[in-house]
Amino acid sequence: MTSFGEHLKRRCLIVMAYLVGIFMLVPLIAVIPISFTPKRFLSMPGSDWSLRHYHALFTSDAWTGSIADSAVIALVSACLATLLATAFALGFWYRRPRFGALLVGLAILPLAVPPVVSAVIIYFLEARLGIIDSYLGLVITHVIMVSPFAVIVMLTAVSRLDRSLELASRNLGASAVQTTFLIVLPNLKFGLFSAWFLSLVLSWEEIAVTLFVSGIDVITLPKRIWDGLRLNVDPVIAAVSVILMAVTVLVILARSFLVYAGRAKNHT
Amino acid sequence: MGSVRQTQVLQTVLLWTLPVLVLPFYIAPLLGVFEWSLSRPEPGLQNYVRLVTDGDVIAVLLRTFRICLLVTLISVLCAYLLAYHWVFGSPARRLIMEICIFIPFWISVLIRAFGWIVLLRTKGVANDILLFSGVISDPLYLVRTEFSVVLGMVHFMVPFAVFPLASVMRQIDPKILLASRGMGASASFTFFNAFLPLTLAGIVAAIIIVFVFSLGFFITPAVLGGGKIVMIAEYIYIQMFQTTNWGFGAALSVGLLAIVAILSALLFRVIRPERLVR
Repeated sequence: MTSFGEHLKRRCLIVMAYLVGIFMLVPLIAVIPISFTPKRFLSMPGSDWSLRHYHALFTSDAWTGSIADSAVIALVSACLATLLATAFALGFWYRRPRFGALLVGLAILPLAVPPVVSAVIIYFLEARLGIIDSYLGLVITHVIMVSPFAVIVMLTAVSRLDRSLELASRNLGASAVQTTFLIVLPNLKFGLFSAWFLSLVLSWEEIAVTLFVSGIDVITLPKRIWDGLRLNVDPVIAAVSVILMAVTVLVILARSFLVYAGRAKNHT
Repeated sequence: MGSVRQTQVLQTVLLWTLPVLVLPFYIAPLLGVFEWSLSRPEPGLQNYVRLVTDGDVIAVLLRTFRICLLVTLISVLCAYLLAYHWVFGSPARRLIMEICIFIPFWISVLIRAFGWIVLLRTKGVANDILLFSGVISDPLYLVRTEFSVVLGMVHFMVPFAVFPLASVMRQIDPKILLASRGMGASASFTFFNAFLPLTLAGIVAAIIIVFVFSLGFFITPAVLGGGKIVMIAEYIYIQMFQTTNWGFGAALSVGLLAIVAILSALLFRVIRPERLVR
């Protein structure tokens, strides 16, 4: 009973969806050729492509220093956030607290507050403690900002856990600590990895709050990109962007491959 | 019996570590910010009075609301199209939609804003194409306008609107739609009277999520507005660091937090997240 008119409308909707899809990808693709320009300012490379901005990126102490700063801060923050989130989720699973919703609300509070307000709050905290613009200050900032995401991932992971695991382990004489480390945590492997990985990515990219609490001694990679965008936009930013996008795409592919492989393994 | 007690203590420590840490590291400084808003530069309510009487602030707030409404409307419409084809499309179309949703989603907000600068600046790709095709004879000033801010923000928000929409669409029983078509209803009648009402909860959730995120959004408007299109979040940044008016910046933060709290309470009534945590 599909009339010609309906068929046409359907086609129109599909075309519109593809147009939105193109809109989503176009600004990302546009950056790629700019990064290969031989000129010193943002421009299309024309006929001669050059790697000078990639070379500049990896030989500049400022950029490599920022990459190292970001990597260290992201690694430390991701481990701490995962540790805190895992402890909370395990405690939540064991104790089944009566005011659970309230505790979860407290644990994910920084996620519900607009980032700019979190920035003012953390600025206040670190100004009082005198740790603005330090590694310690940035790690605290990032742990506060990414923990809520790790908590959500870990709560989802423990909610899928089978309660008879704990009972069986305890009945067979294992202590609470043994049960946690030998039985429960190995069953949360995938959740642990997801929480850690999400925290790592979010910390690596964090800019909204970092902007308020860093700037002279410690400059993370996003902060340096921000400075470049505000002061003088030079094609090195395009080169950084292309590398980060390539890494992102590779990681997404690797992750979906792992998920796919994991599912296939569970089915056999 | 001692070991049971020990176990319980251990589990309670696990549970309470994070919530207890939130108190000194987040709640206390939040109260500190509140105190700033009432005490700097001098004790009193003058910062809050200024919030509702200062012409500049009202202009910034009105601009923020206008841009956020526009961004919400466009983002949710775009997301609806993407979500529909992501859930109900052919396998190939589903994959394409997934790529268009997830790759931008995972890429840093700064890089995405930079992409729009590359496209929209005076000597950028968009102007090149328009000039070359003869549509315009002089380049358009597209960066540092409300247009570029809205475009960049929509680009950031679309994936966040897709997720709630796709999740309600997945729960729709296709038999309902078949029944409607089987009884002779047209495709558009079925859409407006069966499909759309079934996705209403997702639409409301998407609207509130995008609106709340947009209100406090800082990076994209600051990069693409270039200091000309100042929204509330950037205005707070300016108060804190350029005019170092800490008390007023704090009052603005408290005001923004209050608006977002009210909207989030609405969101919780619509999507009931407690059902997600067993």
